[in-house]
Amino acid sequence: MQTIIQNLVFGLFVGSIYGIGALGLSLVFGVLKLLNVAHGEFVMIGAYACYWIFVGLGIDPFLSLVIVLPLMFGLGLIFNTLLFEPLTRLETETKIRNSLLVSFGLGLVLQNGAQLWWTGDERSVQTSYAGLGFNIGGVVFPYTRLATFALTLIAIFALWFLLQHTRLGKAIRATAEDWEAATQAGINIRWIYLVTFGLGVACAGIAGVLLAVTFGFQPNIGFVWTLKALIVVVLAGTGSVFGAFPAGLLLGLAEAVSGLTIGADYREVVGLLLFLTVLLVRPQGLFGKE
Amino acid sequence: MNIQPAEIKNPKSKIRNTLSVWIALAGIVAGLVSIPQWTTNANALNLLFLIFIFITMSQSWNILGGFAGQISLGHAAFFGIGALVMRVLWIGGMEFFIAMPIAGVVAALCAFVVGIPTFRLRGAYFSIGTLALAEALRLTIANVLPTVSTMPARYIAAFDLAQRYYVALAIAVITMLATYLLMRSRWMLGWLAIREDEEAAQATGVQLLWHKLAASGISSFFAGLAGAVFSFQQVSYYPSSVFVATWTFDPVLIAFIGGVGTLIGPVIGAIFFIAIREQLVITLPSLHPIIFGIMFILIVLVFPGGLVDIGTRLQQWMQKRRVKSS
Repeated sequence: MQTIIQNLVFGLFVGSIYGIGALGLSLVFGVLKLLNVAHGEFVMIGAYACYWIFVGLGIDPFLSLVIVLPLMFGLGLIFNTLLFEPLTRLETETKIRNSLLVSFGLGLVLQNGAQLWWTGDERSVQTSYAGLGFNIGGVVFPYTRLATFALTLIAIFALWFLLQHTRLGKAIRATAEDWEAATQAGINIRWIYLVTFGLGVACAGIAGVLLAVTFGFQPNIGFVWTLKALIVVVLAGTGSVFGAFPAGLLLGLAEAVSGLTIGADYREVVGLLLFLTVLLVRPQGLFGKE
Repeated sequence: MNIQPAEIKNPKSKIRNTLSVWIALAGIVAGLVSIPQWTTNANALNLLFLIFIFITMSQSWNILGGFAGQISLGHAAFFGIGALVMRVLWIGGMEFFIAMPIAGVVAALCAFVVGIPTFRLRGAYFSIGTLALAEALRLTIANVLPTVSTMPARYIAAFDLAQRYYVALAIAVITMLATYLLMRSRWMLGWLAIREDEEAAQATGVQLLWHKLAASGISSFFAGLAGAVFSFQQVSYYPSSVFVATWTFDPVLIAFIGGVGTLIGPVIGAIFFIAIREQLVITLPSLHPIIFGIMFILIVLVFPGGLVDIGTRLQQWMQKRRVKSS
């Protein structure tokens, strides 16, 4: 019983990282109508940024977010300007198709670049408090995992506040709904696209930092994280940005349950099955509207 | 992706032209068939073998992605399934020419498993589904079959590189012929219509689901065949290695370099890709995926027609200059 609960708890913690990662992807897809399959590579870069800041400067991984976030935001601005801005004028269907292809190429470049630069060695961030935690009825709650969960909640609240209660957020939502009408209303679409892409990559950065304190990582993890983010986005429904978080938790739980019942090796397959089932039964996603 | 308007030519010269093209093609194929007769250089034969595999794979991707406009990001899944089924049946004692089509059919069936739920929806669901399928299969196969698959000793003793070469050549030629025939069929009109504008295609009576399923089924069949030829040739390999993403990426890259949505593009792309890669592997071993990745992005953003398009543009430019100077 304890092992079951322990697994579920860990599943939830991991799921919260899936949630924040997928949120970034969903935001970019919802506003820019771009499908960035290099999203996982941005998660990977976030993890490495955290690692080097921790190793090089001795800054606590959770604190490193103060540096990693603006860094990733800036990276997002650069890649959006270079690669994705030329696509913004295309018709939606073509835009999705071309953004898929461009980001597929970008993912390859980033992954191999990281491999070349940082080598394929597995890295992990080992803090002095890594093993600490408390215990409720035999179920362990490590502090790092709790902090991870709390940070994702804070990040999501901040993003929610930004989107719902600021002028910028209003402009972003207006653009997502109808960019032509938004232009008519005097919103600078280019600016909104740029900032939104930066925010999306920053979300990937958060996921990267939290991943670095939770797991070991290598340059090739990007692919898997893209896949998880995509599955979560589909689970939530492509129109539902904040649905990504509960959907991420769900994927984390589903993987934990499958780890208990079928075996840990088949965790990834569960994601695919969930994806196909949702498409068959509820194509608008769990939290999407018709 | 734009459709080039068909040039209107004098019908007589057109017939003469097509005839000479067919004769030239027959000459090329005859030349390729004769190569093992005058050389036993294993490196050269293996290189050509790879080119044939990549022609088949990228043409297979091209049928689905280039003509029908449905981007598969997990073509490695179909390649891998073909390789796996072929390996199991063939080493189990089945004749290779029977096992191969079965491998293709199983790959096509797997395409339906992803296609039926995802094609009903618009957008990128199929791309995500294929990506997920490839990765799920890779991990599952790595768990179920973690050890190297090696041919039994009597198979190795009977190994004949020339035979593998011929089989790969035959599969590449069949794929090219099939694509040529498809281009002249009603299906192709439907695919192109879907690629350009799904709503308009549906409004003019194109059955979206059937057309997409047909494209993915045919495409995956050939991807499965390519995988089957690969596992027929490899003495030993990790069963999960044929599911890795490079088997998706390279064909996509080749199709785009050569000219996506054209018949000849994958051939030009495959020759170019293999030739450059072999050079880069020697000079810049770990840099070549980065160079190809950047090239790919540039092609998608700046030169969407690939080498074929650059070629025709050059030709037109030369003609213009000639007209001016005369």
